[in-house]
Amino acid sequence: MHRILTRVFPIVAAACVLAACGSDAPTGVGLSGSAPTTGAPEPIAGQAITLVTHDSFWVSPGTLEAFTAETGVTVTIEYAGDTGMMVATSILTAGNPIGDVMYGVDNTFLQRALDADLFEAYESPALVNVPESLQLDPGHRVTPIDFGDVCANYWIDRFDDDLPVPSTLADLADPAYKGLLVVENPETSSPGLAFLLATIAEFGDGWEDYWRSLRDNDVAVTAGWEDAYYGEFVSGGGDRPIVISYASSPPAEVIYADPPVDTAPTGVITDTCFRQVEFAGILAGTTHRAAAEALIDFLLSDTFQEDIPLNMFVFPASTTADLPQAFIDHVVLPDDPHTLAHADIGANRNAWTERWTEIVLR
Amino acid sequence: MTARRLGGAVAVALPAAFLGVFFLYPVAAIVGRGLTGEGLDRLTGLPGSASFRSVAWFTLWQALVSTVLTVLIALPGAHLLARFRFRGRAALRALTTVPFVLPTVVVGSAFAALFDRFGLDDGAFRMRHTVWAILAAHVFFNVAVVLRTVGAFWEGLDPAVEEQARVLGAGPWRTFWLVTLPRLWPAVAAAASIVFLFCTTSFGVILILGGPTRATLETEIWRHAVWRGDLASATALAVVQFVAVLAMVVVTNRLMRQRAVGQRPSARRPQRPTGRLLGANLALLATVLLLPVAVLVERSLSVGDGYSLRHYGALSDRVNLLPVSALVALRNSLLFAVVATALALVVGGLASLVVVHGRGWVSRVFDLGLMLPLGVSAVTLGFGMLIALDDPPLDLRTSRWLVPVAHALVGIPFVMRTLVPTLRSIDDRLREAAAVLGASPNRVLREIDLPIAGRAVAVGAAFAFAISLGEFGATSFLPRQPDRLTAPLALFRLLGTPGDLLRGQAMALAVVLMLLTATCVLVIESRGRFGSGVVRGDL
Repeated sequence: MHRILTRVFPIVAAACVLAACGSDAPTGVGLSGSAPTTGAPEPIAGQAITLVTHDSFWVSPGTLEAFTAETGVTVTIEYAGDTGMMVATSILTAGNPIGDVMYGVDNTFLQRALDADLFEAYESPALVNVPESLQLDPGHRVTPIDFGDVCANYWIDRFDDDLPVPSTLADLADPAYKGLLVVENPETSSPGLAFLLATIAEFGDGWEDYWRSLRDNDVAVTAGWEDAYYGEFVSGGGDRPIVISYASSPPAEVIYADPPVDTAPTGVITDTCFRQVEFAGILAGTTHRAAAEALIDFLLSDTFQEDIPLNMFVFPASTTADLPQAFIDHVVLPDDPHTLAHADIGANRNAWTERWTEIVLR
Repeated sequence: MTARRLGGAVAVALPAAFLGVFFLYPVAAIVGRGLTGEGLDRLTGLPGSASFRSVAWFTLWQALVSTVLTVLIALPGAHLLARFRFRGRAALRALTTVPFVLPTVVVGSAFAALFDRFGLDDGAFRMRHTVWAILAAHVFFNVAVVLRTVGAFWEGLDPAVEEQARVLGAGPWRTFWLVTLPRLWPAVAAAASIVFLFCTTSFGVILILGGPTRATLETEIWRHAVWRGDLASATALAVVQFVAVLAMVVVTNRLMRQRAVGQRPSARRPQRPTGRLLGANLALLATVLLLPVAVLVERSLSVGDGYSLRHYGALSDRVNLLPVSALVALRNSLLFAVVATALALVVGGLASLVVVHGRGWVSRVFDLGLMLPLGVSAVTLGFGMLIALDDPPLDLRTSRWLVPVAHALVGIPFVMRTLVPTLRSIDDRLREAAAVLGASPNRVLREIDLPIAGRAVAVGAAFAFAISLGEFGATSFLPRQPDRLTAPLALFRLLGTPGDLLRGQAMALAVVLMLLTATCVLVIESRGRFGSGVVRGDL
């Protein structure tokens, strides 16, 4: 039998050799290794904890090492998919979590996570720097870390004096803008859901009529953000000049432009925005409670908060954090974004999206 | 004799343990969890639900039509690759595997560009967000499966039989229909069953190319589990999917067993194709495979209004959005692919021997069981692994081994589907002759089975490798650490934020991934061909 193996392994080995292609050792951050400083609190120094987060999470190399230097605690990151996937898997593993702290659950998924008792309450002293409006859970089972907005984006060149940029949600249903808007399915997309919530916050019970008029106005629907932005929106070669995306998308169009540009080709319609707040929480079942508390405090520290904007394109929750100039230059912060209570979202989202599907897709 | 018995026990125990621990136990665990409480009511309520019936019907027919189209389009190419020698044949064979590693997001955007260029995104011939787009994409992704598995088998069939038929006055079509096809049947059934399973569990193609109104069991399981937080409904659908896949594998396995014919290595020299035949076949393959690929290459080179290699140069720099550079992600993917391929070859190879030489029911159970992972949704498996493999000593949830194991589960059916029909078709008289001449059973295996199966092993390995390189679904449903980012996940991240720089780099990464796959497949297969060349010289 082992003869087969000796025949087969050279094949694989050959592939290996070829495959190695001379690439270097991983340049990913080594999140461990820094020696604890002498002043670190005794009980947690030397512990290793895991931060469970969504795929969009990233910090600059060196940021988490600062936490290790301060506390002696090393942090391993585990990506758990997008926010929905992360919450779903955390509910499945509740009580025996794959990590100690979760970062990235937002107000649209918050109630589901709270209902499943995913978190242990912890009131961080750093919350004094966080506006009350972001502290959605009075029981402090979760701590706000950042916020951002989902907004309609428009392709600037497609609008002029004859066709001015629409300025309100109601404008999008105006026949003058027929066939210009693409949205994501709220049943399968996070910005899609946020936009539906914006319309519910704006129109109350009238939201169904609003969507009927959007449908009459030939709204296009895609399953996810990628297909909307790259498949239908002008930016990716499509025809539609209005897309549901993020308030941070125009700055990304500048920062990741090639060749470089001075101003974004897209703008944000601030009246259409829905505010998303992202939270961190200590996962129930952790055996490193004290280290997890220290990590929550660190997530609200200026070191981490000031690192957030250019890595994740959202705003830091702490008012003491300075914003990078590149971020201030291009990003729009809507004055009065739409919001809905997370308990209402939790109680109604499935019914709302079902109704939406009947109105818009059937 | 005891050594042989021990070998047999290992051949049975190892694949059984692998399948049991990494597939059956996790799936049973998640089904058990989901069906307690409301889940059972949801399951019994499904037949009465109109929306379920339409989803189930759509899942079935789009997969069936996709499979038939794929087989029809691939058979001429398989004939070309099997029966003729021409310059660039090995390269062409390797290139056909390239679609396998392309993430759906990328293929979706290439298709969208093509629809746009040929005016198929609007009007009467609208392709975008239609079922036609789904079918076209399924053919694009799966044509290689039929081309390669049937091609490898076809090569082993003695062309003398066809020549006798022609001498006796049968025309080419009649010969194909009455002589070639019946002999090819086991390989066609094997390939078609894989394509069918792939199409029933296809995910990105349905969501991206089909548009928001189309749903299959696979996309519905995901939507219920992840977006609606409704594990009960998701599990009820997963049970239906599992049972349907089981039934379908039972049927195709039966079809494959019915018609095995004796295969002998042929000493005949392959022909050179006539210009017209080669031209027509290549044109067909090029249309299906190369057009979308060409779009990606063009995009990877485009910067502003001109062309440049800049995006390729940038692959070694880490973009702010990614924890590692694209090049490191490629290296990670390669390492995972090597491990996954090794696992798939060992487990799939042993299991194939059990299927071919094992006792009746053991053989049948193995043939059935190791196919199942192809037809079970990535969400079911991913969730199952999370709740089943969570206790020491098997707390593998954050282990670096889980990703290659998940990839190997998908690769094993390919190894088996190429290997089993070939092993089964080896003329028993060859083995008997060797035994009569004094060869030990192990020597028979070594000198008869293995050389003849060499090509099949190589094709299976190439698929297992390519699948792992391009795997997205299961990988994205498993927890993972930043420095283990794979190339398909990096691609997805790059396309998740606006900016031409990111998109250009994503396209460059996709092209490098394709080239790498083609090269690796070429190398793997050149080893395999060496294996089968030996026996030709000996006989």
